[in-house]
Amino acid sequence: MDTVEIDRGGPAQPLLIAKDLRKHFKVKGGAPGAVVRAVDGVSFNVFKGETLGVVGESGCGKSTLARLLLHLIEPDAGELVFDGDAVGDMRGITVNALRRQVQMVFQDSSSSLNPRMPVRDSIAFGPYVHGKTKAEAGRIARDVLVKVGLKPDLFGPRYPHELSGGQKQRINIARALAIEPRMVILDEAVSALDKSVEAQVLNLLRALKENFNLTYLFISHDLSVVRYISDRVLVMYLGAVVELGPVQDIFSRPKHPYTTALLASRPSMDPARRIEEPPITGDPPSPINPPSGCRFRTRCQHAEAVCAQTQPILGAWNDRDSHIAACHMQDPESGHSLAIRTH
Amino acid sequence: MPNTMILPTAMIEPAAPKQRGYWGSVGNRLRYDPVTVFFGLVVLAIILAAIFAPLLAPFDPYKESIIGRLKPLGWKGHWLGTDELGRDILSRLIHGGRVSLLMGVVPVAIATVVGGTLGVVGGFGGRKVNTAIMRTMDVFYAFPSVLLAVAISGAMGGGAMNGMIALSMVFTPAMCRVAETATAQVKNLDFVEAARATGAGTLTILRYHILGNVLGPVFIYASSLVSVGILLASGLSFLGLGVKPPTADWGLMLSTLRQSIYVNPVVCALPGVAILITSVSFNLLSDGIRSAMDVRM
Amino acid sequence: MDGGFVPTLAPALVEVEDLTVRFVTRDSTAHAVNGVTFSVRPGEVLCILGESGSGKSVTLRALMRLLPPGKTRISGTIKVDGQDVLALSPAELRRLRGGLVSMIFQEPMTALDPVYTIGDQIAETVMRHKGVSKTVALARALELLELVKVPSAASRLNNYPHELSGGLRQRAMIAMALSCGPRLLLADEPTTALDATVQIQVLILLRKLQKEMGMGTIFVTHDLGVASEIADRIAVMYAGRVVEEGPVADILANPLHPYTRGLMASTVHGQDRSRDIDAIPGSPPDLRQLPPGCAFAPRCSLAAGECLSAVPEPRFPAPGRMARCVRLGVPAFA
Repeated sequence: MDTVEIDRGGPAQPLLIAKDLRKHFKVKGGAPGAVVRAVDGVSFNVFKGETLGVVGESGCGKSTLARLLLHLIEPDAGELVFDGDAVGDMRGITVNALRRQVQMVFQDSSSSLNPRMPVRDSIAFGPYVHGKTKAEAGRIARDVLVKVGLKPDLFGPRYPHELSGGQKQRINIARALAIEPRMVILDEAVSALDKSVEAQVLNLLRALKENFNLTYLFISHDLSVVRYISDRVLVMYLGAVVELGPVQDIFSRPKHPYTTALLASRPSMDPARRIEEPPITGDPPSPINPPSGCRFRTRCQHAEAVCAQTQPILGAWNDRDSHIAACHMQDPESGHSLAIRTH
Repeated sequence: MPNTMILPTAMIEPAAPKQRGYWGSVGNRLRYDPVTVFFGLVVLAIILAAIFAPLLAPFDPYKESIIGRLKPLGWKGHWLGTDELGRDILSRLIHGGRVSLLMGVVPVAIATVVGGTLGVVGGFGGRKVNTAIMRTMDVFYAFPSVLLAVAISGAMGGGAMNGMIALSMVFTPAMCRVAETATAQVKNLDFVEAARATGAGTLTILRYHILGNVLGPVFIYASSLVSVGILLASGLSFLGLGVKPPTADWGLMLSTLRQSIYVNPVVCALPGVAILITSVSFNLLSDGIRSAMDVRM
Repeated sequence: MDGGFVPTLAPALVEVEDLTVRFVTRDSTAHAVNGVTFSVRPGEVLCILGESGSGKSVTLRALMRLLPPGKTRISGTIKVDGQDVLALSPAELRRLRGGLVSMIFQEPMTALDPVYTIGDQIAETVMRHKGVSKTVALARALELLELVKVPSAASRLNNYPHELSGGLRQRAMIAMALSCGPRLLLADEPTTALDATVQIQVLILLRKLQKEMGMGTIFVTHDLGVASEIADRIAVMYAGRVVEEGPVADILANPLHPYTRGLMASTVHGQDRSRDIDAIPGSPPDLRQLPPGCAFAPRCSLAAGECLSAVPEPRFPAPGRMARCVRLGVPAFA
């Protein structure tokens, strides 16, 4: 769209800043006052041109986070700044203007397409909503179909049920790209696909990113995929960020015990070196009443008294290169017996 | 944005073997369903007979004959005999179909528009709107449908118009509930959220993404209501709350012929047979359409 | 850890020969399983590895005759512990299910009955198959929950399925499956819906219980990593056929079939971040219209004319290895 101003804030300005985002859901039929702390004070930057991977297990709030970023769910508290403009602020940009620049691809490729619409119309819908004529929107749909590797004449007129899972996900990507966003949120976008198809779509995502200078927020539970595609990684546990840093640092020198456990839980891919003991036991606790202090302490082998008393702080999240973890062992002043000493 | 981008040809997926739109596949399935096709033809015949009644009816349906009363089948060219006033039964059945069909279809159509709209609004709107609409509908639900129809047309006085209004009021809550359920289901699917994420407004989303998906279930339900409408309309007429004599109407015919059941039972049963055939045909046709539309690959 | 299972002379627990399953509907016929042959010895874990639509779950369900009878056409032979499963009467089939053979599913929430407590459900199975009193059965249920390492098992007996976390539910289902000491355990992606940290716990538990109880196990999965953790042998399925079979270590170290190689190459595990993944192009064939020859040929970089003419016969290039590929000798991808 012609109205989008490219790179207002300059290269150093993060494309998206999320500050202390918070969303609590009321529990249906639960005790009065019981809330699910789905996202509980999450802050991070997404820098221009990078892929920020978000990992975590079910219930960690990663999907809620994605919806908060697009205001598909209204945040209870917190601040969003897109390329220097506060979202929903008088002097900033509107939610609609944000949605023109940030798009989302959902996990379930089937339910995210209208079953009664030929897929080219689903793709053309976005441009049409943003003021293109039907003919222009149709042309854009054709162009984008080519870009995601599908022949427009062959696939455009089809209905979703006539496509394979991989093809549907390409359509979803095409739909997201049709309004020329600057950032795409991929919410478990390859998780439901077969491995052979997943690889194709990952390759496609990489190619698209390079060709259109996109910025990705890549949400997944699959650490291997996140490692492959991300530049930086954010690890979530029960609605909070536990670790944030460049991908190599996170995977080679994880700082948070939860990240360590997640990494060690990956199957070995080598029958001669199978995992004999589970890295951690038990399930993640319910986000309804998360443990006091550090949320991970109930499953952490290093937990001490201090972990139950105070919530560890993540630290300098707005620095691009910092590798930080919300763990008392990372804080020399915390009083934890294993706390690292100051260098 | 650059307009061209070359992808390796290997990434271009091969063609899927067949290509047919949703409605194409529905039509295809219907074609191979002989029962539905047969009853579809029966319904078509009934509708055509009603439309072209003046051309098809062998006699004037209102011409009485003192000597020719309650004659058996085939008497003097009256294939289906005559009624208690000597009028030709076949002609009256053909003409009566007009009223019966009209009273079956029009209330359903009104209920579909009114109830469907309310249902979509209730399903897509917020909790307050939903509560207001659905609880009002529940009030109507509290009465059995036959009783409600009788009560309303009784209160407003008989006549075809009031009968239709009564039936519309009976069908609207049911229609509304079907539309509301369908809307609420579609509303929670990812593609509606995706449409919101592209920045589309409520009305646009309703028009492009909700309606198309709600129309299917609503239409299926409406088609099944038509047979109920015909039955209820005949019932109202039978009770004297629908059309007034001497208008030809199946329910009314049944009511007046009832007194002669010991004189000529076969002729008396004929309006009932007409109601039965019509209602069963509509029902089986709508069943067939429903199962053809249900399949999603 | 011994990667390869040591073959013994014990008679096979499961013998499946030329199993074919078709789903017939008004519109079309889906060729879900097309001539599958394999065997499982007592105490052995066979992983059936395949993507969606490969026929792996259908094969598993056919072993217990769990497929809808009206529209399913099954042929071939299935023998479990010498019994011809396809010839069993309904009463014999009921004795087989839950007694000799048990099954665990991907989604315990739908496999467990929501209106009964975990204890009641396990006890009910025990009572039905062993004919013991409720008290005895409940005691056995408690033992089983402790066996599958459910913390504070005694109080969990009185929980309903929805009150348990995903991992605990899966453990409860495993407990129920083990309640009558089955000789054959069928597992349909039992860890797929679980979180990573829970998945590995359940895998380790299953591996341990399987060893202790000496159960033959058929474990269906789409995940190469899961298979590498639990399998003795792997059978790779594609479009309703077993295209490759062999000991897990051999297959992972030296895959023979181009599909297996492609699958391993496209499974993301520590690839070079700066390069594309070697993805298999295209998508799996439509089971309603399978190509005449090798079903993988349209996506295969090694495909030649002979691949398209007839379905490749099994070849046995090494002891214990099987692959259905006519181009086995051809050097792999450059």
